[in-house]
Amino acid sequence: MINENSKVILSVQDLTADVDGTQILKGLNLEVKAGEIHAIMGPNGSGKSTFSKILAGHPDYTVTGGEIAYLGQNLLELEAEDRARSGIFLAFQYPIEIPGVSNTDFLRIAYNSKRKYAGLEELDAFDFDDLVQEKLEVVKMNPAFLSRSVNEGFSGGEKKRNEILQMALLEPRLAILDETDSGLDIDALRIVAGGVNQLTTPDNAIVLITHYQRLLDYIIPDYVHVMEGGRIVTTGGKELALELEARGYDWIREEETEVAV
Amino acid sequence: MIDVSTVSEVGRAAVPANVDRATYLSHLLSLRSPLTDAFSWLQAVRDRAAIRIPELAIPSTRDEEWRFTDLSSLLAIELQAITSQPAAIAQSDIESFQLPEASTRLVFVDGVYVPELSAIADLPKTVFVGDLAAATAAGLTDPMLAHLATQPGAEETFTTLNTASFTHAAVIAVPKNQTVTTPIHLLFVSTHGQGAALNHPRCLVMVESNSNVTLIEDYVATSDSAYFTNAVTEIWLAPNAQVQHTRVQRDSLAAFHIGKTAVTQARDARYTGNAISLGAAVARHHLEVYQTGEQTETTLNGLSYLKGHQVADTHSLISYTQPHGTSHQVHKCIVDDRAHAIFNGKIFVPQLAQLTDARQLSQNLLLSDKARVDTKPQLEITADNVKCAHGATVSQLENDEIFYLQSRGIDQAQAVKLLTYAFAYEVIAQIPIASLRENLLQRIA
Repeated sequence: MINENSKVILSVQDLTADVDGTQILKGLNLEVKAGEIHAIMGPNGSGKSTFSKILAGHPDYTVTGGEIAYLGQNLLELEAEDRARSGIFLAFQYPIEIPGVSNTDFLRIAYNSKRKYAGLEELDAFDFDDLVQEKLEVVKMNPAFLSRSVNEGFSGGEKKRNEILQMALLEPRLAILDETDSGLDIDALRIVAGGVNQLTTPDNAIVLITHYQRLLDYIIPDYVHVMEGGRIVTTGGKELALELEARGYDWIREEETEVAV
Repeated sequence: MIDVSTVSEVGRAAVPANVDRATYLSHLLSLRSPLTDAFSWLQAVRDRAAIRIPELAIPSTRDEEWRFTDLSSLLAIELQAITSQPAAIAQSDIESFQLPEASTRLVFVDGVYVPELSAIADLPKTVFVGDLAAATAAGLTDPMLAHLATQPGAEETFTTLNTASFTHAAVIAVPKNQTVTTPIHLLFVSTHGQGAALNHPRCLVMVESNSNVTLIEDYVATSDSAYFTNAVTEIWLAPNAQVQHTRVQRDSLAAFHIGKTAVTQARDARYTGNAISLGAAVARHHLEVYQTGEQTETTLNGLSYLKGHQVADTHSLISYTQPHGTSHQVHKCIVDDRAHAIFNGKIFVPQLAQLTDARQLSQNLLLSDKARVDTKPQLEITADNVKCAHGATVSQLENDEIFYLQSRGIDQAQAVKLLTYAFAYEVIAQIPIASLRENLLQRIA
């Protein structure tokens, strides 16, 4: 929901970044305010996933220029874990498996890391269990998944639901969902999207990275951005996604070329 | 898939010029104590081994089988003559090592059986569990003579030294058609004692047809002092017998541990061995499985977890002689600091052993730049209708894995711990004793 007076959560200015010496981001600008849902679309290799990993603090990417302000603070000064603790959440395209570590324990460790950072008392196993049972509803997850090892033997859809469960627990100010819809059948997509919608508040913001307009039928974006060659080249409303679905990305490249001429 | 493995050349450590390896071995033999009259039946076995000692020597890194495991520092230790008087320790000193699931426990302190610390309970009447003296009194000398030091690997130097020296042993004899439902804990405790001790723990496990037993062979220490444990365990499975064996080496970090597990499987027998190596400055485990009948099943799970300057070497052998055998072996090493793990996995599949299905996987996790792993699958296959697969991986924790945890607010140090735990878990999860699993996982996490 767009509200001009709401607080700026994320402000990215002229961001450039490398991985292994190859420049991926080439002057990216984006402003995200509280209450807003932004979708970032674009062809493979345009830098969408790189952008999401840079926001979350992946060590393999080097920011070479520009600024990222998160709630007015220089985000690049924070370690990955501190970004998470201060409210940035990245739902992974490929969540990793951790054999032997139960989902409950993992969720509790993550939840308590955040509480500790905020100067709050950690929750014990019993109180945490009550909380997590409540959050399971958000993604319609079977409680049996709590006692299983983190993501081990989970189907693609179960892994993505588990990501949204983590989001529900950690209550981020800024959630970045990196292709959370990829590989989901329509039922799983509905559940995941429904979960995200329940977690949307006027105080937080969501950035969806997706290949498919389909997701945006369920999570209605306020803005749709098209990324190409490491920057955002076009921004529009939700109707832009429909146009992209129908026409592909080539027309944007052509328009850009015309403008450049 | 059959790969040819190559292992790079390494520098050979110098042997201290003043210690002769043959002389040192003979010296170790001279530290043994004489057999008492009660064990005169054992004298011939002992003599046969002792007579071979002068022909042998402590192996050096010039020996192919020992090229990565340097025993030079062992030669520098002044070991004490073997005592028949163990250090006085109380039940409370070993409480933390006791397993609530195991109502039967044999405790050996510095190599000597201590009945006051042991317990025998919940066993079927016909099942024997006890020390060498009790086994002798129970009239088991004939089966013991038939099984002691008669497996092929008994000729090996340290096994020979043990056979020529041991005066105490744990003996388990399970007659036909018996399922022993409670696990049996064989606990070997090393104490500080008077100077560096030399121990020759010995276990003999004889399981008759259709019987089933679970045992834990456990090496622990109540101090961080140096000592040398030279252990030999022989396990015999008659047709269709089943043994779940867990071996835990958690000796002091200053100790030397050389251990032998020799298993013979008759037809249809099923053996599962979990071998966990955590302690000792230098540890070596010889794990040998001999198949004497068809359709045997062998499962081997191994984990070495090393820090500091620890060295742990596992040499395994699965020797097939008959058709339709299967084996599934996973050996994992986690190596931190400047530690060094070695794995050599031999599997022999001769012409007669058709339709063998043997799988071997060596997975290694390096936690520091100075850590080192040498792994060598060694499959010798002459049968032409078999499935044999092996693989070896050496990896470090992936940035992507650590990042996933960091992105959930977990700091890097804790992320590394969780992922290390996850790597070890697959092996430790196979141990059928919950309290032992918990204990071992706590040591890793």
